[in-house]
Amino acid sequence: MFDVDLIRKDFPVLSRELSGGRPLVYLDSGNSSQKPLQVIDTMRDHLAHHYSNVGRAHHTLGAESTAAYEDARDLIAAFVGAPSRDEIIFTKNASEALNLVAYAFGNPIATDERFRVGPGDEIVISEMEHHSNIVPWQLLAQRTGATLRWFKVTDEGRLDLGDLDDLVNERTKIVSIVHQSNVLGTINSVSPILARAREVGALMMLDASQSVPHMPVDVTELDVDFVAFTGHKMVGPSGIGVLWGRRELLEAMPPFLGGGEMIEAVWMDRSTYAPIPHKFEAGTPPIVEAIGLGAAVKYLTGIGMDDVKAHEKTLTEYALGALGEIPALTFIGPRTAISRGGTISFTLKNLSGDDIHPHDVGQVLDDAFGIAVRVGHHCARPLHLRFGIPATTRASLYLYNTTDEIDALARGLHHVQKVFG
Amino acid sequence: MIAESMYQELILEHYKHPQGRGLRDPFDAEVHHVNPTCGDEITLRVKVDEGKVLDVSYEGQGCSISQAAASVLHELATGSTVEESLGVVDEFTRLMQGRGQVEADEDVLGDAVAFAGVAKYPARVKCALLSWMAYKDAVVRSA
Repeated sequence: MFDVDLIRKDFPVLSRELSGGRPLVYLDSGNSSQKPLQVIDTMRDHLAHHYSNVGRAHHTLGAESTAAYEDARDLIAAFVGAPSRDEIIFTKNASEALNLVAYAFGNPIATDERFRVGPGDEIVISEMEHHSNIVPWQLLAQRTGATLRWFKVTDEGRLDLGDLDDLVNERTKIVSIVHQSNVLGTINSVSPILARAREVGALMMLDASQSVPHMPVDVTELDVDFVAFTGHKMVGPSGIGVLWGRRELLEAMPPFLGGGEMIEAVWMDRSTYAPIPHKFEAGTPPIVEAIGLGAAVKYLTGIGMDDVKAHEKTLTEYALGALGEIPALTFIGPRTAISRGGTISFTLKNLSGDDIHPHDVGQVLDDAFGIAVRVGHHCARPLHLRFGIPATTRASLYLYNTTDEIDALARGLHHVQKVFG
Repeated sequence: MIAESMYQELILEHYKHPQGRGLRDPFDAEVHHVNPTCGDEITLRVKVDEGKVLDVSYEGQGCSISQAAASVLHELATGSTVEESLGVVDEFTRLMQGRGQVEADEDVLGDAVAFAGVAKYPARVKCALLSWMAYKDAVVRSA
């Protein structure tokens, strides 16, 4: 039984009072989520009683640390429905996971045809991407002479698939799009794009940084080739992210970073590499962070991702209603809670019709009411350019948020309009 | 309520009723400065004659802090000497970069002292300084 009051007790920071007696209203989980005691205690316990290096330490603590680290991989594999635990690669964050795949392309040591990229080849992304799913592909295009192309976004904030067959064609090597937009909240429909990618022999990657924390995601069901996500947005620690990839692709890809533990044997002039996942985990990994992420998915599994999704859908409907009643507030993204998550971005004017800059909105919400939102372009500048605005205010909801907090936001926004009226 | 320490009445007043806004002729130099993190921008012109600032005109968009700072700059710089005005810019910069630890010299800063509260918010210091840095740049170019 999903009980938000009980869940809030797991997150100590949520009962924190800010200076001036302001209760914290945390509406910035799309930026980074808060952490429950279950994660904090697991990490603390490991550091206090079991810590040592993993893989290469042949003693009791080494065995305990390695077991905990690899157990985390099992938990995460189960959480996203990976067919094999070896397909879960620990990275620093989602950006590194995306870069890992981007750097596999056009690499002279990659012998597999699917990863050969040169002039005439195409890479497809979309206008609603986070910079982390734009810049690695721009760099790939610059390295190889390939052409970067992108899906446009409709006025409602949906992916425009009108030119799907033109955009994804026989020259396309990879399509990489976001599963749920970090600005619009839009949840993209994967299957039509995937079907076209398969038709033309292109690979497909999903940036699932904003979907895996908020809904059940099963990589087998999605049937794409690569999925990236990050720990700190899903009640886990920062410094740990995940790349899931199909085994045969991961095996065909060249290593990304070279170093300790990613090798099988090293001579002075050459090396052979460890099997996956270790082939892609050079150097001492973020051990305690991985274990913390394991505790995070255990926590989320205990609550149930279907319930998390249902709670956020209720909150999203409530928020779209409550904020929609504020005069001179314009949503940037779908206005209905259909195929959209609880990431709600908007612009605000005062009652005379003058724009109120998001920095002013965020500052007053924080200073006067302790409400934490994000303001700016949220690492998605091209999307803001598409809507002709420099910045938005974004409230992003999670399992621990309440309708009371949304009411507080609505009251806060009315106050902002008065201050800058 | 902490907001009051940043959004002084005087700042909001300048934001709602900006002084000297709009680009005017004649001018000796025009500059365009942007704050890439928030998209604030300003185009600023200066007209200088024999060491005296005859006009500071500007057009821009952005948050209340950046817009009010431009308005206050216009009031302080117009009619003063270049030398005096650059002294005010230096004092304002020192105040803004002082992390709230610097005591402002009110005799030098006049109305600009209202921005003292902004210095406690590192993310907003650039908003306050945008037009002032643009002014410094324009004066150098006008020489």
